[in-house]
Amino acid sequence: MTAGQKEKSGADKARLRSTLTALGMLPVLVIVAVGFHLLSGRFLTVNNLSIVTQQASINVVLAAGMTFVILTGGIDLSVGSILAVAAMVAVIVSLWPDVGMLGIPAAIAAGFIFGLGNGAIISFFRLPPFIVTLGSLTAVRGVARLLGADTTVFNPDLPFAFIGNGTVAGIPWLAIIAVAVIAVSWFILKRTVLGTWIYAVGGNSEAARLTGIKVPLVLLFVYSMSGLLAGLGGVMSAARLYAANGLQLGQAYELDAIAAVILGGTSFVGGVGSIWGTLIGALIIATLSNGLILVGVSDIWQYIIKGLVIIVAVGLDRYRLKEGTRT
Amino acid sequence: MRGISKTFGTIRALSNVSLKVYPGEVHALMGENGAGKSTLMKILSGAYIADAGGEILIDGRPVTTSDPSAAKANGIAVIYQELALAPNLTVAQNMFLGAEPSRFGLLDASASKARAEPILKRLGIGFSPSTPVAALSLGDRQMVEIARALTTQARIIVMDEPTTSLTSRETDKLFEVIASLKAQGIAIIYISHRMEEIYRLADRVSVLRDSAYIGTLERRDLSAAKLVSMMVGRDLSSFYKKDHREPVEGRRKMLSVRDIGDGRHVHHNSFDAYAGEVLGIAGLVGSGRTELARLIFGADVKTSGTVLLDGKELHIRSPREAMDAGIAYLTEDRKGLGLFLDMSINENINIGVIGRDALGAGLLNFAAANARADTAVSNLSIRAANTRINVGALSGGNQQKTLLARLLETAPKVLILDEPTRGVDVGAKSEIYRIIDELAKSGIAIVVISSDLPEIVGIADRVLVMREGHIVGEVKAAMGAPIDQEAIMTLSTGTQAPDGREAGKQDGMTS
Repeated sequence: MTAGQKEKSGADKARLRSTLTALGMLPVLVIVAVGFHLLSGRFLTVNNLSIVTQQASINVVLAAGMTFVILTGGIDLSVGSILAVAAMVAVIVSLWPDVGMLGIPAAIAAGFIFGLGNGAIISFFRLPPFIVTLGSLTAVRGVARLLGADTTVFNPDLPFAFIGNGTVAGIPWLAIIAVAVIAVSWFILKRTVLGTWIYAVGGNSEAARLTGIKVPLVLLFVYSMSGLLAGLGGVMSAARLYAANGLQLGQAYELDAIAAVILGGTSFVGGVGSIWGTLIGALIIATLSNGLILVGVSDIWQYIIKGLVIIVAVGLDRYRLKEGTRT
Repeated sequence: MRGISKTFGTIRALSNVSLKVYPGEVHALMGENGAGKSTLMKILSGAYIADAGGEILIDGRPVTTSDPSAAKANGIAVIYQELALAPNLTVAQNMFLGAEPSRFGLLDASASKARAEPILKRLGIGFSPSTPVAALSLGDRQMVEIARALTTQARIIVMDEPTTSLTSRETDKLFEVIASLKAQGIAIIYISHRMEEIYRLADRVSVLRDSAYIGTLERRDLSAAKLVSMMVGRDLSSFYKKDHREPVEGRRKMLSVRDIGDGRHVHHNSFDAYAGEVLGIAGLVGSGRTELARLIFGADVKTSGTVLLDGKELHIRSPREAMDAGIAYLTEDRKGLGLFLDMSINENINIGVIGRDALGAGLLNFAAANARADTAVSNLSIRAANTRINVGALSGGNQQKTLLARLLETAPKVLILDEPTRGVDVGAKSEIYRIIDELAKSGIAIVVISSDLPEIVGIADRVLVMREGHIVGEVKAAMGAPIDQEAIMTLSTGTQAPDGREAGKQDGMTS
């Protein structure tokens, strides 16, 4: 066998494998959804699917940001806390007379600034992302409580409440925003120079530096992006609830976001993954939450089942990829 | 081994290969990557089963090596390129992994220690059996592998490129151990690409090419020319390529390095490289060659000195700035520091220039990228079905050419190549030499760092030699004669030449 032939048959396998990788967890999502429909008889109804997409949407937005971060080989544990701060800012600013709509940009800006802070510390002081964002998980939560003097802030006339509860042609605004975020993320990752650099930094950061990629700037971007999207998530939460609470809002959201990214097939060490996978991952999580309720499983068992499904699904995925690479 | 064949599907990986190994000899096995060396050794060790027809005889008795444990029982042990030790366990635990001495079903730690000690002593090893492997250097880990082979009473030890990740001192230690194993009557089959090691070690050398046995040379008949012609099927004169004319009259100083240093590994070095020349930098591993290159490229911070390109002083603070100025550097560690193994050939070639090629607003220019990748693949004859394949799936030679292509896309004026043919098979080597020669013809100044003396002598116009962070001399070809390898060796070691002549008195050497 000549080297050319060997690499050619390798290419066929590579193509098959990339098709499998592209499909990723979609078969799992379909099976789980159909399974719940058979068990409950009302999962695959227009009404229920609309509820599922609304439930998934905030996690989709957070997980999109998380995808950028994990692709560089990092992690952002602070998104739940940033979401809480942003929601507080959104509601507080919305109470200002006449300029209540400013709550939206103000909340997004707040998220961006905290993300930028994370990114600056990680890239310029070269501290491990896990430690830095673990710190800001706690510190930013404190800031969120500080903003409302540790109370819940309400605005029954929230000027942007339509985001949380309105629809366009029957499609919830929340879902539209989530899809738009996925589309923009896909565009950045696959169609821009910056996107290629993100994959390169995650694949081999020292090689990236020697290739002339400005690694600190790439890191600054991904953490800022994650913060900004957490800010957007804060607007979405506030718009849904007409209220925000610095203590409770967004607790453990980072874990759902990470789970969605990993379920979507993105490598935890960076360099490999797709935003499309993340969307599927987030939908699987939302489907499980919704479906288990429909089937009547108790709250306690929902936790146990969800956790196990994540482990098993990722385990199967890794097994499948490993089989594929064996030549 | 007699008449061994192996087919995978319709592909013949070995055809009718015979190999005779005597006790107490070091038998080197050479051949290009893909020539069948590994397949043959895998059959010997029982990882593969040979096709019917061939046989393996030990002491004249036919044996079956249908699985690894049978091979072990026959006294065959293999030490692979990638070390297979558990770093979290101790030396003794690793030595007896899978065959732990036990009493009443309980591990007998003292017995394993007692059995390990004499073996380690036999190898002249200084560390104790209870040392955790994680605390050992790569060279010492190799010793543990050998010790493990000895626990199974191995009589034939196969070593597959054992020195790839060792320092020169560790290599010397390994060679001493090999000599003592030889003296104990153990047969060693030694696979390596490095001529120098073959010269030092081998009693006999067998060559495989294209899945077939080509021949065996006795030690007294060894010569690089013969070996290479057996391996590639043509002679050495066409192997190294030096068609470009060394610039002499009116030459243009492309790179001038003055007083450069980092205060640790590299001390105040100065040299010039001219447009259209291939300048070699030789020296032992650890002499500061790579560190010097990285300082020029801006990968590490220099504490002294200046770099001038084409007469203009540069102030380089990062690889990006070096590349923008026209200096490119090929790393010696292509997998660790060079390639993105999960990305495609296309992306790997373009990653350094996608910023330059981008359409407005940082959008990727796919048309430009595809054109660059296609041209590069055909110019450098990178062999792959298409440019969408991940670089991780390519052979070493094609990976190296991909990395080289990336550098060339930045249109450098100075190209620094650090061990450009490390881990690359003979066929790809000769192609890389051809590429280097053509680049020199096109007027680029090329600096080649290499530990492979025949290579550096074969392709460079003149050679700088480094020792302990200093450039200690320059070796040039004397009128009509090739560059003197011995002169380089003498300068790099700083001691006497192997035949007793003193350093600094070699012909053809200037400084």
